[in-house]
Amino acid sequence: MDRTPVIVGTGLSDYPVAPHLDGVQHHVQATQRALADAGIDKSTLDGYVGVGGSGGMMIDDAVTMAEYLRIDHRYIDGTMTGGSSFEFHVQHLAAAIREGLCDTAIVTYGSDQLSRMGRQLGTGGFQRPGQRVAGPIQYEAPYGNSLVGAYAMHAARHMHEFGTTSEQLAEIAVGVREYAMLNPHAMYRDPMTVDDVVSSRMIADPLHKLDCCAITDGGGAIIMTTAERARDLPQPPVYVLGAAGAQTHWNVSQQVDFTTSAGAKAGPVAFARAGLTPDDVDMLMFYDSFTITCLILLESLGFVPRGEGGPFIAEGHLKRGGRWPLNTDGGGLSSSHPGMRGIFLLIEAARQLRGQAGEAQVPDCQVALCAGSGGWLSCIGVAILGAEHP
Amino acid sequence: MSDVTTPTEEWTKPLPTPDDVNRDYWQAGTEGRLLIQACPHCGHRQFYPRALCTSCAGEPEWLECTGRGTVHTFTIVRQMGMRAFRNELPYVVAMIELDEGPLIMGNVTDCDPESVRIGLPVEVHFINAADDVGVPMWRPVPAR
Repeated sequence: MDRTPVIVGTGLSDYPVAPHLDGVQHHVQATQRALADAGIDKSTLDGYVGVGGSGGMMIDDAVTMAEYLRIDHRYIDGTMTGGSSFEFHVQHLAAAIREGLCDTAIVTYGSDQLSRMGRQLGTGGFQRPGQRVAGPIQYEAPYGNSLVGAYAMHAARHMHEFGTTSEQLAEIAVGVREYAMLNPHAMYRDPMTVDDVVSSRMIADPLHKLDCCAITDGGGAIIMTTAERARDLPQPPVYVLGAAGAQTHWNVSQQVDFTTSAGAKAGPVAFARAGLTPDDVDMLMFYDSFTITCLILLESLGFVPRGEGGPFIAEGHLKRGGRWPLNTDGGGLSSSHPGMRGIFLLIEAARQLRGQAGEAQVPDCQVALCAGSGGWLSCIGVAILGAEHP
Repeated sequence: MSDVTTPTEEWTKPLPTPDDVNRDYWQAGTEGRLLIQACPHCGHRQFYPRALCTSCAGEPEWLECTGRGTVHTFTIVRQMGMRAFRNELPYVVAMIELDEGPLIMGNVTDCDPESVRIGLPVEVHFINAADDVGVPMWRPVPAR
């Protein structure tokens, strides 16, 4: 029995603006579409994985969703590492499938972030006036940092140590926008230049409005099973070649080094597991909450030496036709970012590896690397996926 | 001892919660003193206050700081929804590298936000958010 873990189905719910769906309905629609894509009955599922908490009042934690969807599981995982949760889920689920803890599992996510909560996530502030705050956040909350500001502090330090420029960061947003222009569903599809980015309003120095991701609605689901079962299913299987995750901190003021990430630990583990190096990777799906997130992931995962990411990106290597095309669905920066984006990295990588990406198809795409960043560059999850059986 | 300001208006920003572990830290702030923790067993220094040393799991003790440090990294917040902060835009949120070692978050006040740079020497002052909560803030060290 070949228990090599594979992705056999993916589904996206309606995005980027879906006022007709609440968060749970995003989970449901994505589930229905992933089952149809995989060509399997819901009764086949014996594992459930998910993470909730991204959409206002709705209750969509793993046990609640397993009940709501009525999945008769013998394996459940609700690991919550922020937006990178889904890359951690792939790591856990790959091991569970190999070990026989389950045979066919679904991972789901859904959020009505934009339609129910507006755009307060980035700069809204989470507390009410004068409200008591307990736990580690009490050493940050009195100072009024924003989510954008937490990433901005990474960008400022990277610029200080390595001379990275706003123009270099802007190249990331411009490259991702070029892919968004090929995605009819993307939130933002107008042509955009480096000058547009650096002349957009400053939100938290040195990050401009166009260094920041969109805030949207959306949901996604993936179905994983064994290579053995995948032989009878309609879609080309996408193999999990290696996955790993690591954490440096949770609250941003506990960051150990503002110029790198836990990808420096997770990356080598994932590559070793896959028996590959960055040279073997054909395309990248990075969690582009902000432009700086991509730069730090690129360096900490070993695609370029530390401090050299800025000039490398400015040479266009992450754009369409470049060495490592980045975020071919238009990314969080231009297409969709509904609270937690990690599952969309996996879904787009699968589309590329199946050769189903249309105009955005990366030629001869055999290996894709997904890197999620959760919290404030806190928890980095890496999943290396391939088109060929390892 | 550093400056302690008791604002005339009610504190409307998020208010920390003194507990068994951090009560001395917040109280010291009302007296103009900045505390971090140092481990008597292994010498490790840490912030924020915890019930154990993150290095050796021993019981940490308080260490009173000089109240001096430098800006390790920072941002100028220009958009913030919460009213108490919105009224103060733009303002600086920084990570301060204490002379004693650990990093601590704070606002850099009493200066033009545009003048703040990484490496800027700063000194602590405090604002009383409640009777038992003195919140550390930072300002540039005056030129001599």
